[in-house]
Amino acid sequence: MLCKLSLRNIRRSLRDYAIYFFTLVIGVSVFYIFNAVDGQAAMLQMSESKKKLIELLKMVLSGTSVFVAIVLGLLIVYASRFLMKRRSKEFALYMTLGMSKGKISAILLFETIMIGIGSLFVGLLIGIGLSQLMSALVANLFEADMTQYRFTVSLEAVVKTITYFALMYLVVILFNSVIVTRMKLIDLIQSGKRSEQIRLKNPVLCVIIFLLSAAVLAYSYYQVGWNSVKIERNKMAVLILLGSLATFFIFWSMSGMLLRIMMSMKGVYYRGLNVFTFRQISSKINTMVFSITVICLMLFVTICTLTSAFSIRNSMNKNIVELCPADFEIGADHIVDEGEKVPPSIEELYKNCGYDMTEGAESYVNFCTYYDPELTLGKSFGECYEGIKSMYPFLSYDMPEEIVKLSDYNKLMKLYGREMLSLDDGEFIILCNYKSMSNLREQSLHEGFEIAPFGHTLRSKYSQCRDGFIDLAAERVNIGIYVVPDNAVDETAVKTEYFIGNLPNGSEEEYNAGEALMTEHFTTVSEAWDNTQNSYAVGSVFKSEIYAAHIGLGAIVTFLGLYIGMVFLIACGAILALKELSESVDSIPRYDMLRKIGVSERDISKSLIRQSGLFFLLPLLLAIVHSIFGMKFAVFFLESFGTENIWQSITATSVILLLIYGGYYLVTYFCGKRIIKDKK
Amino acid sequence: MELLKIQQIEKYYGTRSSLTKAIDGISFSVMPGEFTAIMGASGSGKTTLLNCISTIDKVTSGHIYLDGEDITELKGKQLNQFRRDNLGFIFQDFNLLDTLTAYENIALALSIQKKPQSEIEELVSEVAVQLNITDVLDKYPYQMSGGQKQRVASARAIVTNPKLILADEPTGALDSKSSKMLLERFAYLNRELNATIMMVTHDSFTASYTSRVIFIKDGKVFSEISRGSDTRKQFFDRIINVVTLLGGDVSDAL
Repeated sequence: MLCKLSLRNIRRSLRDYAIYFFTLVIGVSVFYIFNAVDGQAAMLQMSESKKKLIELLKMVLSGTSVFVAIVLGLLIVYASRFLMKRRSKEFALYMTLGMSKGKISAILLFETIMIGIGSLFVGLLIGIGLSQLMSALVANLFEADMTQYRFTVSLEAVVKTITYFALMYLVVILFNSVIVTRMKLIDLIQSGKRSEQIRLKNPVLCVIIFLLSAAVLAYSYYQVGWNSVKIERNKMAVLILLGSLATFFIFWSMSGMLLRIMMSMKGVYYRGLNVFTFRQISSKINTMVFSITVICLMLFVTICTLTSAFSIRNSMNKNIVELCPADFEIGADHIVDEGEKVPPSIEELYKNCGYDMTEGAESYVNFCTYYDPELTLGKSFGECYEGIKSMYPFLSYDMPEEIVKLSDYNKLMKLYGREMLSLDDGEFIILCNYKSMSNLREQSLHEGFEIAPFGHTLRSKYSQCRDGFIDLAAERVNIGIYVVPDNAVDETAVKTEYFIGNLPNGSEEEYNAGEALMTEHFTTVSEAWDNTQNSYAVGSVFKSEIYAAHIGLGAIVTFLGLYIGMVFLIACGAILALKELSESVDSIPRYDMLRKIGVSERDISKSLIRQSGLFFLLPLLLAIVHSIFGMKFAVFFLESFGTENIWQSITATSVILLLIYGGYYLVTYFCGKRIIKDKK
Repeated sequence: MELLKIQQIEKYYGTRSSLTKAIDGISFSVMPGEFTAIMGASGSGKTTLLNCISTIDKVTSGHIYLDGEDITELKGKQLNQFRRDNLGFIFQDFNLLDTLTAYENIALALSIQKKPQSEIEELVSEVAVQLNITDVLDKYPYQMSGGQKQRVASARAIVTNPKLILADEPTGALDSKSSKMLLERFAYLNRELNATIMMVTHDSFTASYTSRVIFIKDGKVFSEISRGSDTRKQFFDRIINVVTLLGGDVSDAL
């Protein structure tokens, strides 16, 4: 009997449950897709190092899954409580008929189980289908071979999804039974009768609060966007808190102000259905200022996460071609602690082990950089030193600057295939590609700015830093190197010795063999040297390693961004859709009345489009404004990756946002239209 | 010439095996400026009749002419437009929009006719005086009494100056004092503004305010009486007589 009742209930309130079910299904499938990534990847042909990265990706994703599960759990609890509230009348009827609370709980339990099983089943089916597409993305991100790919189902992910969602449904069941035991018959009976009180907020107060919130937001924007460098963790927390509060109060005051403004524009207000439309919107916003705030903030996080993730990946792909133009680099640091013996050159180290350093290399450059203990970073800032130090107290101002001879640098550039430099006697150039640092250096740098390494007075050739680097890298991390004429260097003060070159590249086998040989020799050499108990160490970097790490990082960042972004978008869309649809159900009599007094269907549809449109748009608009400044802050951190492709990332983000959030809007609009449709 | 002409209309519900004839061949006419009541027991078909006249429901056969136009031929968009421009509605449960003030509720009827704002303001304040609701214009429905709500609803119905005002049990949810006040307003609108009003009711007292009562039984016109030069009291007594003759469970509230 109870089962029958529950089944009927679900069927009857299908339109309420549709969005709930829809959300659960998307939640389940997204959860499955991201947890099945490693299973999909196993089908792809890829190297060992990439497989290790997949392992790492799996770990990161499953860690994030806990967070995602919490977000989805909260969403499901919210949605089910929301649906419960809509059924007060029904519960009241059961209770007046003498049904015990236990039985009501049992009905709810049965319903939750039905919906849970249904959504898991459908969600998993969709998830398994879509995860095949995900493999293409994995293959693309990891540059793997997909030819051997077959349809797969990750059993582990299926079990995990079922476990997590079963847990979430359990929480929902617990919540529901708590609510049922707390229910009072009198409240249930009166729940529908309580006529909605429309309180217009004091307009003066609204304007004051609006202006105040706007000012607070402007302050936070300024701090975040233009004062980024000075922000430490505590201040960041304060700013986030301020921003969130201001967001809340913006919506709070806007709900009052918007209507007032519209009402004062009588020509617009009393045109067609506008009166009705604006009143509907304002009452909606009035009753859910808090939810809209949460949605706005979630959208903000989503936009920033997605854009940053895409931006990191895009820039990395571009950077690596530019910033890693040779196949290997071996470096030996020569600055040693007092009392330790000065290390031999790399060539000698190899000789000690019986190797020829150049064996395996097709072309190479071997050179040293130098340092003058007197020429520190602090000295480079000249008269701006005090000012900069007070702003950035944590930079290592006593660190000696790296100096390279012009001829050595040009040899390297010839190997790299990059532009060579020329200097007259008594001139120098600073190379730097980390933008924040070059900005600092350029404060003091001007044509004729003088330094005196090793007692030679040199003037700056340019008033700017030149874009350049020595080390192979995936990112722009060169914070500054001096290029000076050959005769201005004291050759005993070696800072670092470099051995940089290319491997033979006739075929893939030849290249791999060359790399294997070099790796083997280097390992022997560095172990032998380590055994001499010296703090000084030699290090090696291969292009393939940089590539692998870079691909892995890019992929992990992309996956994380997509995962969190999608879950947040689903949550936002679901909350708005649920609220909007239940509002439509409540408004059925209003639309019936409008029809009776002769409002055309077209005007009614138009009103509905505007209502749900503004409802979805409002949090999005503020979120976009937040994001503009949020991204300005993020760009500051993304600088080492390069941010030239930011527009491409913004486009990608917009597409995803449009698909999911816009999808929810469309579903909401069409469902709403069906709900209020004329029954006859 | 008659304003409303109803010609042999029928309305059937249900399937062939269990057919319900809600209206079974009704014909009558209403002249401009008439105040008509339609009386009948529950289930006699009076509300169905009103719904058919108001184009909310469709007749199975027969024709209804308003001002010479056959409204049973109207379709889709034309229906809404017809209601908007020709009819005024008053319902038992007021049907005011709870999110709008009284003023906005009345103005809505005009704004959907695309009347300019200046005209709206003028017309609303005019009708508010006529229905004695000037001081509640800024209130929301939940802040008003039933009588006030029904007068606001009436104001909304007449503000567009419709050819025909249709009222479905307008006093059904009102106490006797509010009912009396509302009916006096109706009589005033009929007398002074020459408004044509058609009202469905099962209450003899309410019907006695009109100038003509049509009785309906089992979907057919049972009888019809006109007030002529009678006082309201005399007319009321005559109505009661017919109601007694009609039998059934028509309310005999005095």
